[in-house]
Amino acid sequence: MTEECELFECGHRACGGCGPALAARLILKATGENTIVVASTGCMEVFSTPYPETAWKVPWIHSLFENAAAVASGIEASLKKQERDEHVVCICGDGATFDIGMLCISGAFERGHDITYICYDNEAYMNTGIQRSGATPYDADTTTSPAGKCSTGNPRPKKDLPAILAAHGATYVATASIAYPNDLIKKVQRAVSTHGPNYIQVHAPCATGWGFDGSQTIAVGRLAIETGLWVNYEMMNGEVERVRKVAHRKPVDDYLSVQKRFRHLYRPGRNEDEIAKIQAIADANAKKFGIDLNVVKEE
Amino acid sequence: MGLNIGCAAAPGRARDNKTGSWRVFKPVFKYDKCVKCGLCEVVCPEGCVREGQDGYYHPDYNYCKGCGLCAEECPVDDIELVQEEK
Ligand SMILES: Cc1ncc(C[n+]2csc(CCOP(=O)(O)OP(=O)(O)O)c2C)c(N)n1
Ligand code: SF4
Ligand SMILES: [Mg+2]
Repeated sequence: MTEECELFECGHRACGGCGPALAARLILKATGENTIVVASTGCMEVFSTPYPETAWKVPWIHSLFENAAAVASGIEASLKKQERDEHVVCICGDGATFDIGMLCISGAFERGHDITYICYDNEAYMNTGIQRSGATPYDADTTTSPAGKCSTGNPRPKKDLPAILAAHGATYVATASIAYPNDLIKKVQRAVSTHGPNYIQVHAPCATGWGFDGSQTIAVGRLAIETGLWVNYEMMNGEVERVRKVAHRKPVDDYLSVQKRFRHLYRPGRNEDEIAKIQAIADANAKKFGIDLNVVKEE
Repeated sequence: MGLNIGCAAAPGRARDNKTGSWRVFKPVFKYDKCVKCGLCEVVCPEGCVREGQDGYYHPDYNYCKGCGLCAEECPVDDIELVQEEK
């Protein structure tokens, strides 16, 4: 039955319903086999390659947590010299991307390597036990931004990395979500067929770290889009080109209340002030990207 | 265990690891209302749902972890999660 070739194989050790595992499969469907994948340290690296097992059926390399973009730069330079045409694709976590790998990414984008850097964004350092990263959203409860008497969770907003990399002169920058698989596949195909450097940030809900049942991974991803807390868009040479619009944007409660990382906002009672701040983030996103399809007239 | 040069491993050798043993709930594909849309194949994080000769989609229980995403996303509600009996 399983004759059609999957480039990301069964048998990996991700949690059931893992968003990043689904992202890996979809990304490889899009890149095809003429691809070299460079990984950072993190869940995906660990669950896909416990030696001597590997889920990957394309050349795959892991060096350190922080240097995937530097490794990819070297591979790309070598392939160019040899006149070879493999796609060089980094697939890295948000901790690796937003925080520790920033220097290597900045260098690679500045030098203008023909690479596609994909961040699977599960919004914290999951593999080491849910520590906050620069990608963690405002007020999320993590082990290093614990909600309690003195705190409502992560005190800082999510870093705008797509804008930072667009400002480096990236050719193509896009955001995507595992909840919209065909859109994700199209964006990865566009990236690998565009001369880089390119960046794609993929929203990849993590059942274990965010606190929801593994069957809800796509539903949660969809709610992020439907509330405006995640916006799917494409940028070409620094200009926003295409944005996914939302009809009847939902209140952020629909997204927050289904995840344990935000449950402190509803206990003992609804934290009106904090939820209003998160709603304001969604409203600002909606305004900035013009995602609302039917804007209700202000009275 | 000896290490290969560069810790190279055989492509796709993760298949040695039969993750089906993790399953608590089993998705039973009923093929009652199935419209062969293939969404179950697309959303499976394991890649263990594949199209058969008959055009219907079949899960490989050797690897299915029972996460239930396919049952949740099936647009015609044709996949049922049942408690695994071991
Ligand atoms: C230099 C260095 N610091 C810390 C670690 C420990 N470490 C391994 S994985 C990881 C978290 C990775 O987070 P992220 O990149 O978001 O990927 P995720 O696990 O969430 O998929 C950390 C801190 C390391 N391997 N190397
Ligand atoms: S902790 Fe999260 S990212 Fe890591 S394998 Fe589990 S679901 Fe996937
Ligand atoms: Mg992460």
